[in-house]
Amino acid sequence: MTERRELTFEDVLRNAGVQEAQDRLRRLEPDPATLPGAVPPGREASPEPSPPEGGCGSGSCGCGKSAPSNTLMDKPMDRRRAIGTMLGALAVTTQAAGACAPTSLESAEGREAKRLKQEEFFKGNYRLMTPGEKGETVRRLERLAELRGQGDVSIRTDEALPNVMYGYAFNISKCKGFRNCVDACIEENNLDRASGDQYIRIFEKPDGESIDDLEHADATYGHEVPAEGHYYLGTQCFQCANPPCVYVCPVQATWQEPDGIVVVDYDWCIGCRYCIAACPYWARRFNWAEPEVPAEDLNPRQHYLGNRTRKKGVVEKCTFCIQRSREGRLPACAEACPTGARVFGNLLDPDSEIRWVLENKQVFRLKEDLGTEPRFWYFMD
Amino acid sequence: MHLKWFVLSAFKSATTGGRRYHLWMGALTFVMLLGAYGYWVQLREGLAVTGMNDHVSWGLYISNFTFLVGMAAAAVMLVLPAYVLEDVDFTRAVLIAEGVAVSALVMCLAFVVVDLGNPFASWHLIPGIGILNWPRSMLAWDVVVLNGYLGLNLFIPFYILYNHYIGAKPSKARYVPWVYLSVFWAVSIHLVTAFLMAGLPARPFWNHGLLGPRFLASAFTAGTAFMILLLWFVDKETEYDIEAGAFRKLAMVTAVAAQVNLIMLGSEIFTEFYFPTHHVQSAQYLFFGLDGYDQLVPWIRTAIVLNVGATAVLMIHPLREHRNWLLGACMVLFVAVWVEKGMGLIVPGFIPSPLGEIVEYSPTWVEVVVTAGIWAMGLFILTALVKVALPIELGHLRSPLISQAASRPSGPTKSRVRPRL
Repeated sequence: MTERRELTFEDVLRNAGVQEAQDRLRRLEPDPATLPGAVPPGREASPEPSPPEGGCGSGSCGCGKSAPSNTLMDKPMDRRRAIGTMLGALAVTTQAAGACAPTSLESAEGREAKRLKQEEFFKGNYRLMTPGEKGETVRRLERLAELRGQGDVSIRTDEALPNVMYGYAFNISKCKGFRNCVDACIEENNLDRASGDQYIRIFEKPDGESIDDLEHADATYGHEVPAEGHYYLGTQCFQCANPPCVYVCPVQATWQEPDGIVVVDYDWCIGCRYCIAACPYWARRFNWAEPEVPAEDLNPRQHYLGNRTRKKGVVEKCTFCIQRSREGRLPACAEACPTGARVFGNLLDPDSEIRWVLENKQVFRLKEDLGTEPRFWYFMD
Repeated sequence: MHLKWFVLSAFKSATTGGRRYHLWMGALTFVMLLGAYGYWVQLREGLAVTGMNDHVSWGLYISNFTFLVGMAAAAVMLVLPAYVLEDVDFTRAVLIAEGVAVSALVMCLAFVVVDLGNPFASWHLIPGIGILNWPRSMLAWDVVVLNGYLGLNLFIPFYILYNHYIGAKPSKARYVPWVYLSVFWAVSIHLVTAFLMAGLPARPFWNHGLLGPRFLASAFTAGTAFMILLLWFVDKETEYDIEAGAFRKLAMVTAVAAQVNLIMLGSEIFTEFYFPTHHVQSAQYLFFGLDGYDQLVPWIRTAIVLNVGATAVLMIHPLREHRNWLLGACMVLFVAVWVEKGMGLIVPGFIPSPLGEIVEYSPTWVEVVVTAGIWAMGLFILTALVKVALPIELGHLRSPLISQAASRPSGPTKSRVRPRL
């Protein structure tokens, strides 16, 4: 049963903290003026305003699962739950009922799932959540995954590492079009198997054809590679320093993290798809139907802003495998590449490979005239 | 007390009528129910049941939204002279125009909602409990201006009708400032909607400065054309007479707007094709087809032929003065602009994709019935609003709380007969 409590006056006061929330959001939002630009080739990167030393990284930052979630569970009522239980109950039942008709004999698990979904429905934007609230939603999501039969899923909320700004470089000379990266990405990020969704596109182009001319490029080739007289060019989300997709979102469901990764709060997205229209690199994908990932193929190591299970009707995108990169690992695509065409690293680390590429190779980016400042460079040997 | 009676009388007036009235409203209700069924299917299965995909991510819904914002804005063409310049010809038409604006806006909002993948989360747009990304996101601007315009267009006619209903004379000081505001607001709703698309460098087909003005020109073409048709119907079917002068002026407005619209279209086509760049591909797809994909070509060509033909008719004075020619031209213009500014504008923006891939779009039955349902809803609302407004304006519908003798309306009083509508 859904527990019902009376809303106290104190709750109302606390819950009405609109101004406070706005202020918090403003503090979190990177000021456009201080946004670090992309690192020009061969130049020193501007230092990123970073969390205090000795903060995150090892998961000891007090966020996510290590948060003392028990006390927080006792918090009487969420601000959003106060605004309209009636509307919510209606919406949630409609949503939850979905395709399957409600059974007359509801199991305890069914009731629990319903309650958890209802609580999930009223949660706030991820950036406005306190560490405690983050822990709470993670606990609910993990339990919901378990109830769905997805087994023991762990959802992390690791924050950006200090002094890290991710960058990517793609060696056109080395890519042979094997698309191991595409497959690794699908598995790592729990992409919908039913629609054959892909974050990465590998385009096959005849030698001698301009790279920036993608008009006649073919990303659906089905023959043996590398094909004679062709070269290959991979695209994915470029995590632009000046991302048009973030500008247009009417509800701030997508934003740029301090380490440069552009993320989506899947539970805050309303599904208007304005960001898809705004992206000049076709990097965003929409869940046209409920995404399907067989339980045995599900990657249980997840991040709230990354590869956790999405729902229908919301936008998703490449996050440079945020669940891996924030642990200091390579994104799945970079790790899977058999030719070494993919270089990933920290732009702020002068000894990183990505910095070496930017300082020693002739690099370029796609559609530079748009001023989006992608953090994804192409180069040739 | 008056307000209670007002609501009751309005409800009674909207629900009583002749056989044709009930047939019309019944048919609209049937279409709305079909639309509701389609939307239920879409809610259950997701937007996968539409023809949209990751490449063409907006389709029939947003096309209709764009078109209807223009319809709503066009009401300003009547509001401005009627209230501000005290143009006698337009005063009787203007309440009906505001009814058109209200129903068009409700349709706009409905089209946006059905286009949302996660409509249950739309409360995230409400400042305070959610986050409205204003002023950065043009979509947030659109939410603000559309709802504001809806409020204005509900308030002004309500104030006037209510005062007539209780036998009072509406105070100009109370409503004229809002009328001024709504005039500017009308222009802004359509410009903001244009900016929503023009502000995207990712889509060269929309990313140019002419889009906003062109939106206004086409809105005043289709919007006033629709008003002429509607006013003609009201004039013919009810005893609420519209002066011939109103038709003449509206026809003139439509003729001028249609020409401006065509000039802008020509200017666009010239810029795109005189020295074709990579950015011409969407226009190429629309007008001529690209790499063998040419689904929209017959549509846009038909629309342009209709557009030019109807504009020519309106430009010839004797034809424009002739009622049947005028009505025919208006009907044709309405359809032509709907094609050109709806699907003809939205879909090519997505073809080819920013990475050069070509995926075509055609709406599915779900989109078609949902769209039809929303149009039926708009017409339903419009009919009901007009059905309430006319008897009040004609002096037939008055609050039972006032003595009839003391309250002959200041407005037009004509007759004993009820409207036949």
